[in-house]
Amino acid sequence: MTHPEFDAIVIGAGSVGNPTACFLAWEGLRVLVLDELPSSGQGQNKAAIGGVRATHSDPAKIRLGQQSLEVFAGWKSATGIDIGWKKGGYCFPAFDEHVESTLQKLLPIQKSFHLNIDWVGVEGIRRVVTGINPEGLRGGTYSPDDGQVSPLRASESFTNEAVRHHAEYRYREPVTSLLMEDHAVIGVKTDRGEYRAPVVINAAGAHATRICQMAGLDIPVRPESHEAGISAPVQEFLAPLVVDLRPGPEGKTINFYFGQDSDGQVIFCYTPATPFSGENRTSTFEFMPIAAARLVNLIPRLRNLTIRRVWRGLYPMTPDGAPVVGKAPNVEGLLLGIGMCGQGFMLGPGVGKNLASLVLHGTPAMDPEVFDQLSPARDLYGGGKESLR
Amino acid sequence: MSVDRLTRHPILEVPVLREMVEFTFDGTPLSARPGEMISSALLANGIHVFGRHARDGAPQGIFCANGQCAQCLVTAGGRAVKACLTPVHAGMRVRSLAGYPKLEPDDEPVHVTPQVEQVETSVLVVGGGPAGLSAAVELATHGTKVVLCDDKPTLGGKLDLQTHNFFGSVEDCYAGRRGMEIGRLLEEQVRAHPSIDVWTNSPAVGVFQDGVVGVVKQGRFTVVKPQALLVATGAREKMLAFPGADLPGVYGGGAFQTLVNRDQVKPARRLLIVGGGNVGLIVAYQALQAGIDVVALVEIMPQVGGYKVHRDKIVRLGVPVYTSYTVLRAEGADRVERVIAARVDDRFRPIEGTEVAFAVDTVLIAVGLSPVNELFEEGQRLGMRVYSAGDAHEIAEASAAMFSGKIVARTILRDLGLSVEIPDAWRALGALLASHPGPVRGAYPPPSDLPVYPVIRCAQEIPCNPCTVVCPRDSIKIPEGNILGRPKLVGDCTGCLLCVAICPGLAITMVDRRYDRTGERVKVTVPWEMPEGFGAPGQLVPTTGAEGEPVGTAKVIRILSGKSLNHRRMMVLEVPRSDADLVAGVRIRETEPLTRAEGASLGTDAEAVICRCERVTKETIAAYIQRTGTRDLNAVKAALRTGMGPCGGKTCNDLTLRIFRELGVDPSAVTPPVHRPFTQEVPITAFLTVADDASGV
Repeated sequence: MTHPEFDAIVIGAGSVGNPTACFLAWEGLRVLVLDELPSSGQGQNKAAIGGVRATHSDPAKIRLGQQSLEVFAGWKSATGIDIGWKKGGYCFPAFDEHVESTLQKLLPIQKSFHLNIDWVGVEGIRRVVTGINPEGLRGGTYSPDDGQVSPLRASESFTNEAVRHHAEYRYREPVTSLLMEDHAVIGVKTDRGEYRAPVVINAAGAHATRICQMAGLDIPVRPESHEAGISAPVQEFLAPLVVDLRPGPEGKTINFYFGQDSDGQVIFCYTPATPFSGENRTSTFEFMPIAAARLVNLIPRLRNLTIRRVWRGLYPMTPDGAPVVGKAPNVEGLLLGIGMCGQGFMLGPGVGKNLASLVLHGTPAMDPEVFDQLSPARDLYGGGKESLR
Repeated sequence: MSVDRLTRHPILEVPVLREMVEFTFDGTPLSARPGEMISSALLANGIHVFGRHARDGAPQGIFCANGQCAQCLVTAGGRAVKACLTPVHAGMRVRSLAGYPKLEPDDEPVHVTPQVEQVETSVLVVGGGPAGLSAAVELATHGTKVVLCDDKPTLGGKLDLQTHNFFGSVEDCYAGRRGMEIGRLLEEQVRAHPSIDVWTNSPAVGVFQDGVVGVVKQGRFTVVKPQALLVATGAREKMLAFPGADLPGVYGGGAFQTLVNRDQVKPARRLLIVGGGNVGLIVAYQALQAGIDVVALVEIMPQVGGYKVHRDKIVRLGVPVYTSYTVLRAEGADRVERVIAARVDDRFRPIEGTEVAFAVDTVLIAVGLSPVNELFEEGQRLGMRVYSAGDAHEIAEASAAMFSGKIVARTILRDLGLSVEIPDAWRALGALLASHPGPVRGAYPPPSDLPVYPVIRCAQEIPCNPCTVVCPRDSIKIPEGNILGRPKLVGDCTGCLLCVAICPGLAITMVDRRYDRTGERVKVTVPWEMPEGFGAPGQLVPTTGAEGEPVGTAKVIRILSGKSLNHRRMMVLEVPRSDADLVAGVRIRETEPLTRAEGASLGTDAEAVICRCERVTKETIAAYIQRTGTRDLNAVKAALRTGMGPCGGKTCNDLTLRIFRELGVDPSAVTPPVHRPFTQEVPITAFLTVADDASGV
């Protein structure tokens, strides 16, 4: 059975797919969103902890971050919907020389993109991070314009806006193949039918590689997983999202980050020293004790916290650690917004802006030269990893 | 300030309160029993509002009384605690919680390291109720190493709260004895086994990767890697969604039993009970035993679903049972003051113009139980060797749970490679014990030619046999040949009263025609488990028949009691000869006539709060489902936060599924919520060890 044609088909109703669909629908395009799960945002999106920042180290990610922040911060005035935006900033405290110099070295490039970020002394950090244990504290960076958003509410609201503008969402419907004509994608096939559109957007998160393969592309996006947790709510005491770049004394964490969301809950995560690869999303028993020790050692008053839930989410990783965004190489009609490496939620609206712009105007929504750093055609195995992930 | 505590009880021992401890609530000095939970201390002092919800200021108070929700949150010792799980100590300063708790600025640096104790065992049994205890004994008897954990300070589970005598068979599951005694017996057996490691105060809080179970063992996070996991976590109470159901004063029958029978407080004066299953009927009886008035019991079905004997017990005492009635709403400022109910038609829709009002301060919801099976489902998903027993497997009586535990234990032993049999007779009996109450066939008529004889009013097929076992003349038989059948007097009778004393249904009275030479008056002995003070010798009391109908008046001759009578008291009555076979009980309360609710209408239940933690109403959820067409509970959760609160959807998941059903969606088409640790909130200190001698966590 052949369904009516669409102007664009988005594969994946998640962190990237939803804002992309929303921006396209806002422009009056007929959009179809397909997802294999039973509803929107149920893959990696809902596992995000919701920190959003422009204070990255790679120019393209800085721009994506800025564009995302613009969307998140302006969402309520644009749509009237509260997605839990909290402009509390990001704070990277430094406790050793290595972290301090890493952070200091980034400041010039960050400032060249007009990011509101600065080095703050010990007393400044103690003012920003209430209750921080000052032992060994050397200062840190603080970027007050960054913040936090509720991934659940944001996903819900992007979906809602898209649907309000006539996007069609079809759930429990995995894409089984891409419809190709010569070297062009002209639609998709699922177990329930075929859908045609001049442009198909791969925003399939952890399963993006499979979609690429359907077009004969080999773009490796391999899921790893990180764990996260959330407390019961307490009265607001902590404004910024705090990133402690020190490896943990337990030998199992590379860094550690947390914040208090707009609902008063402390939400936290760490980067494991040995990455977990694969799609296992069952929590480990180690996570909470390790995270608890890091939390309480850094902010002693957190010893009075109550822990509500833990979970584990996927990080769709690329070999060089940077997202893959843009036109698929050598295939017409296929755009990619994949390989977000665990930052799909914070970068999603920015990626969506650029993908929508490519669909509508054929050009990205930022300086094409900067955008090119994300190109699917780049050497994914070349280049070093960025210094601030 | 009033002190609402039990001072006497016909079954429970009420300790004399000598040393009380002093504590304060919002600055007001109050006294508590040493070691009792904050919630019960507050209720005993007449305080029912413990705080205000952060979202809308709604009054919060006791709800589950079981550590599963967080409606009883207060602050004590600088942190938010569940009042129902936190014992009061002398000098404690308890404060009500308005909104979110403040994180105390406790900034003294501390050096902590991750705390995880790891334990290996053959079988981990989660839950020390009838199923878990029976299973543990069976496993240990065959030499298997068992860790048994339970979230409460004592073993026995809900058996501890059951003051009534149990049904079932005497040989297999202690029928005729009180639930709490059975709990003690099972506990002794478990404690006597060296290969059972018992962890009390130790909730299992989640299943983790590699089949590891997290237990907060007496406040410390401990992980157990068992070869087999047995989930015997019992049941939780189903709730109803009507406007006002979230007011303090509306809670479950099981919560009420905890407050009254465990903590010995009187949280209510006038009760309405919703639901005529065994729990509702038993709780009505237990309330009267505690001296709490039961104004009525309402049941939406045309008949009550529980045992007829349980129903008859309460109607004889004067509690009206209104079938085909449903609750429309509870009204009150900060606590229930009035409940509006209405009759329903044959499709269970309330009928306009039939609204009635009950002036009560408390509504107990007893509309069924659902298995606590999150750990089981997670274990299955992870491919663990996992089993469930008792209510966690199938909702049934505790006698069935004990049996289920034994059978599942044998299954585990076999799966672990031991050669043990599961006798066919066990399976058959297990099924019998778990069977729903059968048809009411009517009781066998009493004999006409004996001078002294029991009148057995056992009219329904239920699994029970103590009267047949206890009769020294072997005169009571079940002609049907199995324990579901009805007992019949087939021989002579000495009037020993043992059958009257043991019948769990209180369905046997003893008639003695030898009492009066003229034959005008006879002696009738009825089981009597109500508080002392009613029915003193010489007093005239109103008598009631098998189904509560008035019979006449009797004079109390005396109250019998004694160890030989199964610890059950009896009231010996002098009644006119014509009433001899009719008198089944004595009324202790005047039934109030049904009061029309003036000015009330059927109204709507749109504003009923479905998710109590996050204060989400029915209309919000229904509108979302209709607007989006979603068939995923996770979507409702993500969009509206239902189930994202402290309880994790324990109450609202079922209620939300009911909304789907009301909207014409088959609940089996709805994706269930994903379970994640922790099944209940855990203080962060459970995961920490203080590494140096700093100030401590």
